Amino acid sequence: MKSKSTGVRFWIGAILFLAAMLAATQVIRNEYPFFAGYIILQFVVLAVAWSILGGYAGYVNFGTSAFFGMGVYTAVFLVKATGAPLAVQIAAAAGVGALLGFAVGLLTLRMQGIFFSIATIALTIIIETTVTNWRFVGGAAGIQIQRPPVTPPFDTYVQMLFFVQALLVVLAVAIARYIQRSWIGRGLQAIKDDELAAECTGVPTLRLKLLACVISGALMCAAGAPAAMYFQYADPSSAFNLNYSVSALAMSLIGGTAHWAGPVLGAILLGVTQQFLAVTISSEVNVLILGIMLVLFVVAAPEGLIGLIRKIGNWRAGRAT
Amino acid sequence: MKRRALLGAAIAVAAIAIDAIALASGAIAQQPPIKIGMSMAQTGGLAGAGKASLLGIQIWADELNAKGGLLGRKVELVVYDDKSTAAETPAIYAKLLDVDKVDLLFAPYATVPTAPLLPLAKQRELLLMGNFSFQVNSKVKHDMWFNNAPWGPADSWAASFLELGQKAGGKRIALLAADQEFAQNLALTAREVAKTRNMQIVFDQAYPPNTVEFSSIIRALSATKPDIVYVASYPPDSAGILRAVNEIGVGDNVKIFGGAMVGLQFAAVMENLGSLLNGVVNYNTWLPEPSMYFEGTKAFFETYAKRAVEAKVDPLGYYIAPYGYAMGQMVEQAVNATKSLDQKAIAKYLHANEHKTIVGPIAYSPDGEWKETATLQAQFRGVKDKNVEQFRSAGRQVILFPEKLKTGDLISPFEAARN
Amino acid sequence: MFSFDLLLGAIVLGTLLGCFYAAVSIGLSVSFGLLDVPHVAHPAFLVLASYGVYLLNDRYEVDPLLAGLLITPLFFLLGLFVYRLYHETFERRGTDAAVRGIAFFFGVAFIVEVLIVLQFGVDQRSVTASYIGRSWRIGDLRIPIRQLVAFAVALSLTILLTLYLSKTFMGRAIRAVAQDQEALRLMGANPVRVKQWAFGIATAVLGIAGALLIIVAPVEPMLDRAYIGRTFCVVVLAGLGSMTGTLIAGIILGVAESIVLTMFGASWAPAIAFAMLLGVLAVRPQGLLGRRL
Repeated sequence: MKSKSTGVRFWIGAILFLAAMLAATQVIRNEYPFFAGYIILQFVVLAVAWSILGGYAGYVNFGTSAFFGMGVYTAVFLVKATGAPLAVQIAAAAGVGALLGFAVGLLTLRMQGIFFSIATIALTIIIETTVTNWRFVGGAAGIQIQRPPVTPPFDTYVQMLFFVQALLVVLAVAIARYIQRSWIGRGLQAIKDDELAAECTGVPTLRLKLLACVISGALMCAAGAPAAMYFQYADPSSAFNLNYSVSALAMSLIGGTAHWAGPVLGAILLGVTQQFLAVTISSEVNVLILGIMLVLFVVAAPEGLIGLIRKIGNWRAGRAT
Repeated sequence: MKRRALLGAAIAVAAIAIDAIALASGAIAQQPPIKIGMSMAQTGGLAGAGKASLLGIQIWADELNAKGGLLGRKVELVVYDDKSTAAETPAIYAKLLDVDKVDLLFAPYATVPTAPLLPLAKQRELLLMGNFSFQVNSKVKHDMWFNNAPWGPADSWAASFLELGQKAGGKRIALLAADQEFAQNLALTAREVAKTRNMQIVFDQAYPPNTVEFSSIIRALSATKPDIVYVASYPPDSAGILRAVNEIGVGDNVKIFGGAMVGLQFAAVMENLGSLLNGVVNYNTWLPEPSMYFEGTKAFFETYAKRAVEAKVDPLGYYIAPYGYAMGQMVEQAVNATKSLDQKAIAKYLHANEHKTIVGPIAYSPDGEWKETATLQAQFRGVKDKNVEQFRSAGRQVILFPEKLKTGDLISPFEAARN
Repeated sequence: MFSFDLLLGAIVLGTLLGCFYAAVSIGLSVSFGLLDVPHVAHPAFLVLASYGVYLLNDRYEVDPLLAGLLITPLFFLLGLFVYRLYHETFERRGTDAAVRGIAFFFGVAFIVEVLIVLQFGVDQRSVTASYIGRSWRIGDLRIPIRQLVAFAVALSLTILLTLYLSKTFMGRAIRAVAQDQEALRLMGANPVRVKQWAFGIATAVLGIAGALLIIVAPVEPMLDRAYIGRTFCVVVLAGLGSMTGTLIAGIILGVAESIVLTMFGASWAPAIAFAMLLGVLAVRPQGLLGRRL
């Protein structure tokens, strides 16, 4: 009964969130919130997607930038080759991401722990090099893309991209939440705790890992696809920037990986901080603050924001009784 | 818990919006300053040149304000760090436009951070003063874009270098370019120019970013026995390539070496490479040669040299800083002439007139690049090790091109010019 | 267009380059390979060491290699401190130390980068020494002396560390701690102290490796990011914790890179090296000369 009522509450919350975002695009004339908000939402999707594999199953994927970049370049390729609309670009990117995720999933057959992480770095560099050498999508020189006219009810393309990214956030969170609460999540948790023991007790570890990789990969790629239209420009070193890998990992850990809300909170906190710092302090101190935040959180709050909130909740509950 | 998270998201986004609105309304005051907005690389790979460029712009703004400002109003620069990437610039310029409500826009230093901004400027019909981008407007075709860099027509860069080589008797070209946007664009034009001039390309390689050691590439290059070596490289690599050339050698046939090596314009790199630079013919934008002094040039560098020390930026500042100042001068002239901040009027004025600046007269062709190239090709001569002050005197970098700024002739072959 | 001469040159130059890769990775081979610390800040410390060497060379004209040697005690202390911090916050608390450890070291790397920028600015820096910029001629082949220096240093580091790990009591304890902490505890040694000491040595080696880095090429504050993939590639290819393996893996990487740069399309070089790594990981996860997992 309880799970049913929280499910209803979740979906009401999600619909309210989307309604608020849509309303914002209709009411607010100033474009800056959408430019900055888009980036933050994009990081929410990346962090939630990363956490499906990295948080639940404990496989640390360092290749977020590979998936993100593939998403960008899938969109670039489609725009250049066929002029496909945004929805098709995102769907195709999700498909490519699922395939790439499957490939990464096969890696987990042989590798665990840090070896898996290193393999994902290697994969990232191989993919980036391939795109760099692919002249059709601009190669190393990069490529400029023209936006098509915007679809009503949106006034500007960035507002539309903002709302699309908000949709992806809801999709990613709903999937992550479903996984966490279903047998898939319990299976992944068992893999994280002790893969060998999980296998012995009959958990289909291989299928679960593949599934987690495919879902996580599809979401990351989908999050990257609209970036082609957001920047109206793509080049390999920007699209495959190490920053995406580090951010997805850092946001998940700062938020806490035990619960789907962790990466969401982490991405919002870190994303808002970064956007805020970019237009206030705006110097190397910016990077310094990111570094200090990372160190402080993993040292002082090992369970992340979620852990902190729970602790405070428990403490309050303890006082109340 | 779940609801709280979603609520958190909504509040965060709403907070940005409210913050933005508050900032915007607070900006209205009496006789407000004219705001010029830009992002500039202050961290990351482009930061060295970015900081020097910013200092040039600041000197212009300070001098202007000391004279009483523009249209009787002070000029205020609003500058944010773009971390040398394109990932930050769209949001930053949206903030500049919609929250800070700046009156005029300067583009960030370099092509990649600028690339996402041109479509933005075109869609909103805004004037955008370019800052050392290369061919960034060739596809977007925004008619209110004005690049401060003296590159001129796209092919003139490669053409000037290859022509120098051809005149010295070269026929076989080796192309070595970094696998990054700017270098690849240059390599592309070099191939076209070579074709039209009936010159043979015997070696054509793109080396990957972060290459540590160039010995093996230089060996492969010299094995093809080229007599013109055109190199388009980035700062860390330029030093690596010159070292490898010095150690491995490129062969006695080579008539001319260099062309488009970014980094050899920076004081720290030049000081360190010292005598290894001798003989190299490389592009530059300003040099302390007699032909390069215009009205205000000398005074600018006196101020720059003083302020560079405290700002911890390039002590010479020849490459990019004076062009930041010149960019300001052009805007100043256009605003004063049109007596308005109307973007279209300013753009129209910039297109129609020739502008006097500390880097010489500037006139624009319709694509917003200089009508004629003033990209120098200069040869390093008599450079000694570990001495940055030597570069302040004339004769260390002799200008071979363009004709009207020329201060000497090419010494060829490369090996002979190295002593 | 195949030329035997070019291939030979590529192999020789690649071997030297590979020794350089081994030298900058060998510290990681101890800290990550033997101690299982996911030390992604290793390249950041490496660059920090290069700036230390730059400072001594620029101000007091100390030879870069000697300067590298001079800063090793400082780096040893830094290593002791960092390991203590890592141990107290992660290893003692147990669960997913590796994941959060990575984030921790990324944070440390960012902090180091910014401190370098604040102190030295963003311009690239390099050192001067008599052996930089000269070459040694054998027949048609010219070999840069600085590469030979890297070769010699890498070789001596490998030999010294191998001897240290096999001949001294502390060295054997370090290898023991990598295999079985409990057994070591039963023998009466404190595994944490042993690991701290080992981490100190791994960091101290960076002093010399940093000197090599700035001898071979100029450095800039963000250079560490280019070396994260390379150093981990070498260590994993080697098989965790094998010093000889590190040297061999470095050479393989260097030769592969050099042959691709010389003979095929240079722009494919990074893909080849990492495809090789993927292949090794898939076929032989314990690396070339690795300890068993």
